[in-house]
Amino acid sequence: MSIEVCNLVRLAPGTQQRLLDDVSLKVPDGAFVALVGPSGAGKTTLLRAIAGLDGCNSGSVLLDDRPMTSVKDRAGRMGFVFQNYALFPHMTVARNIAFGLDVLPRGERPARSAIAKRVEELLELMQLQGMGGKHPAKLSGGQRQRVALARALATGPRVLLLDEPFGALDPIVRRSIRTWLRELHDTLGLTTILVTHDQEEALEIADRIVVMQSGRIMQDASPQDLDEQPATEFVMEFLGEAVSFSGEVRHGRMIADDALVLPFAVPEGVTDGPITAMIRPYEMTIKKPGSAQDVLSLYAAPRGTRNGYRHYTLQLGERIIPFYRPVEAADAQVQGVALDISRARLFRQGLLCG
Amino acid sequence: MTRYLVWGASWLFILLVLVTPPAMVLTEALKDGLGASLATLSDPDAQSAIWLTLRVSVVAVVLNTIFGILAAWVLVKFRFPGRQFLQILVELPLSISPVVSGLVWLLLFGAQGWFGPTLERWNIHIAFAVPGIILATLFVTLPYVVRTVMPVMEVQGRDAEEAAVLAGAGFWQVLWHVTLPGVRGALLSGVLLTTARALGEFGAVSVVSGHIPGETETMPLHIENLYNGYQSVAAFTMAALLAFMAMSAVLLRSAPDWIARLQEKKA
Repeated sequence: MSIEVCNLVRLAPGTQQRLLDDVSLKVPDGAFVALVGPSGAGKTTLLRAIAGLDGCNSGSVLLDDRPMTSVKDRAGRMGFVFQNYALFPHMTVARNIAFGLDVLPRGERPARSAIAKRVEELLELMQLQGMGGKHPAKLSGGQRQRVALARALATGPRVLLLDEPFGALDPIVRRSIRTWLRELHDTLGLTTILVTHDQEEALEIADRIVVMQSGRIMQDASPQDLDEQPATEFVMEFLGEAVSFSGEVRHGRMIADDALVLPFAVPEGVTDGPITAMIRPYEMTIKKPGSAQDVLSLYAAPRGTRNGYRHYTLQLGERIIPFYRPVEAADAQVQGVALDISRARLFRQGLLCG
Repeated sequence: MTRYLVWGASWLFILLVLVTPPAMVLTEALKDGLGASLATLSDPDAQSAIWLTLRVSVVAVVLNTIFGILAAWVLVKFRFPGRQFLQILVELPLSISPVVSGLVWLLLFGAQGWFGPTLERWNIHIAFAVPGIILATLFVTLPYVVRTVMPVMEVQGRDAEEAAVLAGAGFWQVLWHVTLPGVRGALLSGVLLTTARALGEFGAVSVVSGHIPGETETMPLHIENLYNGYQSVAAFTMAALLAFMAMSAVLLRSAPDWIARLQEKKA
């Protein structure tokens, strides 16, 4: 089921502050999209608007090209999982899961045995066999999350909306439930929108990432495009640690203000003038400079090892910047070298250029 | 040492202030023996008072429970203009003297009241009749369900209700299957407090009832009447019965806890 959001505007109640500022988004059938952004960016607001939980001041939400006006239109066709699970505490796991079927009008409601069978199926799918009789309070966080998922899927929706579903889980459970969720999405052929503030999670699980900031969509791209061509400085910063160098482009070469940074050739089309270069700490390398007068010393302080990279902090004039090197090369000389940042992305007025 | 002192002082105070009066009432009631005491209850006026009190309490409890749930729900789950004011308004009966609350109804529906003469023409009696007593009791007992249910609904939040709505549940289904089960403890508490208060209300009812024995006399009014007429055994028997009814309502409040604890022990 495809989802389309057209020019959605939502104002904070009683004010002119725009929680969603003319947001448009197309999610094709079968896609797994992650909405990311800092808190207050409007990602949960957007998800709730798609679900119909909150209204909007203008714009529309289409489901398979059909406009959705109220929650009723969406009932049973969209599964929603809340950050804090929102299970019904007084009902058993089985009753929780069956809720969407139990509340159907008498004519449409499946027979009791059919509901019980569906609950069993879902329990098995969620790896919760034998838990049907328990109350949510007796379950662990990960189990509750899976019950919430089962409840959302009970009516067989084609769309799954997840609002920071892993926020309250510990890192190990988080990682395993993530992979498992992706598999579930693929097996059931769902269209999924996931809200998360954890960009790593988004990069790992989603086919497409929508970065939001102050109620607007800043970029909507695949994880790879997002990494290679972040649309703005904000996107670059948000998706991971980044170091920025201000400088100037002169005759097709970027000359950083920091003396220890080697000049490099910029892509064609980048005109002369002031510019900001941003780079990930692991993309920087150190090099012996070509001419003797450039020889300077970097002071690198080791800060431990992660994911095959040794972390350092570099004293670069006034500031201290992070710098990662592969463990194999870690003990190489850092005396008499300069920084090579030729893999940096270039920004002017906050926007990607070149 | 200090702990025991405080502990002892608390108990002494509670015994003196809370336990002695009902105990005295019971002794006074049984002064001439159980038989004599029970005989006073078969008096027609006494029976009429008991029935009237029960009827008024049932109506007040049912109406205030329904209204209380809806009011608490609206106050907690929605933000609308005038919400703060409504919240204060709901608590009004707690702060106003019951006599004043009774007088208000007289001003509205009494013979010289705003609507009194009109209603009189249509032969509808509110002041000095049962409807007036019900209105006065409703007013006095209004805050209890709202106030006990509201904080629990506040904690409950909206997520579970929203999840239910998204699963396709309608308004009444959400209320019945999700909201109410989540607040049932508090609701029971509120209902029983309402009951206890409705049974015992004196001031407001006294003003609007007109004290017609056998017709508009509730148990508290009848007790006063008997006592003023030096029928102390009858007065105290009725008082003991009233106290017993109100106390069982309050004791019932803790019943769910006991049941839960018993079940836990078994498990």
